Amino acid sequence: MTEDIGAPLLEVKGLGKRFGGFVALEDIDLTIAKGERLGLIGPNGSGKSTLVNCLCGTLHNETGTVTFAGRPLNGLIAHERTHLGLARSFQLPKPFHSMNLVDNLRIPLLYTVNARPHHHLTDAAIAERCAELLKDVGLADKARRRPRDLTQVEMRKLELARAVATEPTLLFADESMAGLSHSEIEEILAVLMRLNEHGITIVLIEHIMSAVMSFSTRLAVLVAGHKIADGPPQEAIRNPEVERAYLGE
Amino acid sequence: MRAPAFWLCIVVVGAAFIVLSRTFLTNEYFYFAGYVVLQYIVLSTAWNILGGYTGYTNFGTGAFFASGAYCSVVLHKLPGLVHSAFGLTIVPIPLPVMIVAGGIISGAMGLGTGYLTLRLRGVFFAIATLAFTIVVQTLIVNWDFVGGSRGIYIIRPPNAPLGGGYIQYLFTWMTILTVVSVGIARSIEGSRLGLGFASIRDDELAAEASGVPTLRLKLIATTLSGALMGMAGAPLPYYVTYLDPTSSFNLAYAVNAVAMPVIGGMTSWIGPVIGAILLGTIQQVATVTISSALNLLIVGLLLIFFVIIAPNGLVGLVQSWRRQREA
Amino acid sequence: MLGLFINAIVAGVLLGGFYAAVSVGVTISFGMLDIANIAQPAFILLGCYAAYIMNLYFGLDPIVTGVIMTPAFFALGMLVYRLYYFAFEKRGDQAIQGLAFFFGLLFVGEVSLVLVFGVDYRFVAASYIGPSLHLGIVELPFRMLLPCVFSLVMVGVTQLYLTRSFVGRAILAVSQDPGALQLMAASPTKIKQIAVGISIATCAVAGSFLIIIQPVEPSIGRDYIGRIFAICVLGGMTSFPGMLLASMLLGIVESLTATFYGPSWAPAVAFGFLLVTLAARPAGLLGR
Repeated sequence: MTEDIGAPLLEVKGLGKRFGGFVALEDIDLTIAKGERLGLIGPNGSGKSTLVNCLCGTLHNETGTVTFAGRPLNGLIAHERTHLGLARSFQLPKPFHSMNLVDNLRIPLLYTVNARPHHHLTDAAIAERCAELLKDVGLADKARRRPRDLTQVEMRKLELARAVATEPTLLFADESMAGLSHSEIEEILAVLMRLNEHGITIVLIEHIMSAVMSFSTRLAVLVAGHKIADGPPQEAIRNPEVERAYLGE
Repeated sequence: MRAPAFWLCIVVVGAAFIVLSRTFLTNEYFYFAGYVVLQYIVLSTAWNILGGYTGYTNFGTGAFFASGAYCSVVLHKLPGLVHSAFGLTIVPIPLPVMIVAGGIISGAMGLGTGYLTLRLRGVFFAIATLAFTIVVQTLIVNWDFVGGSRGIYIIRPPNAPLGGGYIQYLFTWMTILTVVSVGIARSIEGSRLGLGFASIRDDELAAEASGVPTLRLKLIATTLSGALMGMAGAPLPYYVTYLDPTSSFNLAYAVNAVAMPVIGGMTSWIGPVIGAILLGTIQQVATVTISSALNLLIVGLLLIFFVIIAPNGLVGLVQSWRRQREA
Repeated sequence: MLGLFINAIVAGVLLGGFYAAVSVGVTISFGMLDIANIAQPAFILLGCYAAYIMNLYFGLDPIVTGVIMTPAFFALGMLVYRLYYFAFEKRGDQAIQGLAFFFGLLFVGEVSLVLVFGVDYRFVAASYIGPSLHLGIVELPFRMLLPCVFSLVMVGVTQLYLTRSFVGRAILAVSQDPGALQLMAASPTKIKQIAVGISIATCAVAGSFLIIIQPVEPSIGRDYIGRIFAICVLGGMTSFPGMLLASMLLGIVESLTATFYGPSWAPAVAFGFLLVTLAARPAGLLGR
């Protein structure tokens, strides 16, 4: 069982994002508490990935404020937010394809962990940490291989390992399970559960309802750029608007 | 081989090269031709730091290179200007000072262009560098102090420090610059900085999300690359003795700076060196035997050919041949 | 003084119209399809020299040559795209190689023209080169007026084609969402091929206009890279109205600069525009 769910870690107020005339997100309020497992669901195009991109600094939201551990994030760009403890995996894995897996993990260790004021990992410590991270996701035997030699699920695991390497307090797992088989989904869920048990707050963005329902302690639902439900999973999906969004009128 | 050992190696090789050539080679033509090849090694290596390592194509080699050359022209004329304006006599500016000055000016230009355009996609940076060359060229064309469109004659000093002819002196400095640039390239390759560059090249968004300060690293790459190109251009006025915008901003420099690393191989320090020696030598021979325009055509065609068929260059071909033998 | 000023503006507008013809191809290939064809000026120069040859040996009017050459250039454009697709898009390689490819093409194009035609300026002879239309103090040289008018016609025709015909609308669709097009059972590759073909076909006509306006020699292509991309970016990449506005603006500023500061500053204007636009307002004049 997870530790007690605590104080707000991430507070989003009135967040909005447009692309020209198209409103991708409007007036999003969201609070994420430390240690919780938040599931974020919604139909295709509802703005889930856009929200992640805005929160992580890849995109710039025009309206709204985001506060992380008491610190306002407005104006900080992506790598600065990563340094503060926000990490994300990408929906379509984006590995560093010219490097082997160990070097893929060295990047976040060198540039995030070692960039923080009190940390300084020596080269030996970095090598050890890389080995540990790869072992945790079951990729230890492919350490010297390149990303092109990996299967789909292995790439997803590498994606997660790379995000975890930044030693985050909050991790956004963006559709890490799309297209995977049932047992592969279980593998990824197990990894995420372990991370949560170690104290990392997790936001799971997913389409696979069974995974989201079993994993999340809370559920938020986005439809067409608006948040229409937010609460315990069983309650949230029984919300009539959610039913309408998924099943139609 | 680790970086410090590498530096030692190339310094020794460079020193030996200088000493041996001074002792045994009296043919001036060797120094003329060799200077050009060495210059291209520096230009290609400099280009590759931004192009091959970081993934940003720079078509503006001419601007950085020529700026170094014209900076030297200004410094060359400075004593005369100071004398006529203030009546003071100052010593002629020595070449090493000009080289450093050229590096500083072109490095600053690299920083400036980078800051303006590197927040956009790589394509826009490339186009901006092309634009930049024309802007700088136009400025020089309209600047009479350095000769404007008519060009300017530079007289070589009668005595070369270290003895020997002045061409040998220029050749010595170009050898030093070659050692410096190749050493820097190799040092970057194994370092944290080099890994950061590679992450930007492979996937900039993922690099940024992993905590890499991409803009800062890109600016480092552009500044370093520009500075080295400026240093390569600084001795040019003494080499050619007549400098004009058309020849110093010649697109041939831009094309060669791209073609040599592409053909040699962009992922390692040795690719630009191989490409420069190969193409540089071919061009020196071709310019003498066939027309210079035809020789440039060959370079262009080789670039297109390699980009399509062997994008990892000769080094890449050797690597994949080796990998096939292992399998 | 006022007359000089007004005529500079008028000349700028006429020039701007011509610049629109020069840029429409890149608006399609780069703005809509994200293919950074920096070799576009090489194709325009090819159009210039084609008009030159036809004019020299057959006495053919350059604009007529331009129109006749359109199918040949269209085929050439398709060929270039096929090569580009085979070498880069299929492999999904880094953009750097694609850029190097087009740069190589630009260079090879220029050097080939030098080898065949030499570096001397070439020009065409036509009855309308020389005389001007006089409206009060305003002087409209026919050699600028006619290209301007025909350029606007060409841009208009292209715009109509893109918005009315099936293939044209497919091109617009591909520029926004290649995936959706596949679902409609139209091949994005074929559509892109046609689009690049059109883009290069415009060069046949634009080139014929250029050699009417001024004598040409191979290296003037380089001046046009900055102009074309400055206009494309300033115009908001995909917008034809934006492109027209940007062309006019550039033409006027260049004309004023040339009249009051001297023609040797003109090349820097376009590039200065481009750098400033990229730095300050990358979304272009009309925004996105």
